Amino acid sequence: MSYVTYVFQRVFGYPKAKAQKLMLDVHHKGKAVVSSGAREAMERDAQALHGYGLWATVSHDS
Amino acid sequence: MNGDDGVPRNGRFGDDEPLGRDGAFDDFDADADDDAEGELAATFRPIPGGAACYFAPAQAGVIRSLVGQVAELIGSQMGDPPDELGSTAPDRLETGAPDELEKMLGLSGNAELPEDPVLARLLPDAYSEDPQASAEFRRYTEESLRAGKINSAQAVLASLPAGGGDVVLSEPECQQWLKALNDVRLALGVRLGITDEEQDLAESLPPSDPRSAYIWVYQWLAYLQDSLIESLG
Repeated sequence: MSYVTYVFQRVFGYPKAKAQKLMLDVHHKGKAVVSSGAREAMERDAQALHGYGLWATVSHDS
Repeated sequence: MNGDDGVPRNGRFGDDEPLGRDGAFDDFDADADDDAEGELAATFRPIPGGAACYFAPAQAGVIRSLVGQVAELIGSQMGDPPDELGSTAPDRLETGAPDELEKMLGLSGNAELPEDPVLARLLPDAYSEDPQASAEFRRYTEESLRAGKINSAQAVLASLPAGGGDVVLSEPECQQWLKALNDVRLALGVRLGITDEEQDLAESLPPSDPRSAYIWVYQWLAYLQDSLIESLG
């Protein structure tokens, strides 16, 4: 689980507290929204996370 | 389903290789700190510019074996290499299917989630509710994702001697090791049917269950990975 926190810090530049909160959301709720924005940017983020072995998916907001 | 040697065949990464091939697990001892002359074996420590870790030979063997098997699996079913121009190229370019061009551009012929559950976890769908978008994303990104993972595996194999010893890593090498170790943990988790949440359940397996040896490896790799993250923090 420290790996997930580390990846969020590394990929998004989030401070440790935010990265840890997101990691705990994933752990307790099964998933968390870690990033939002234009589709191309989200696909890039998903790619980066897949590179670290995290299972990220892109979905529409509404 | 067990093989003759007691190695669970559902523990294989590739078609022919069981986990722990070449007897890599025979001498495995997660607590082998006797060899390290006062240092804790297989725990990363921070050093200027990176991290270092002492591996006993059996530990190095296990890591090399698992990392190699995952790399082999990822490398299988990759798109064919681009056709060499210059053979019968002009005719083939004019009459070739669109696939030829795609291969040259590095686009994958794979549009679907792999059947192998380990590969499916390592190369997951990017859209959970839009198969077309998933397929498109996969066609454009899967080759690159596979190549990156193979690259990480190769970095580990290049930096970890078969006989073990004190391994000194630069920061970029640490990143490669983190990814490669995580890929191995994911693969093991799929093959063993365990996740972090199920750790306690997994620990309750009787010693006679062939999976129990691999669970210790899974946990040991988690510990190793954590020590590397600590060293980088």
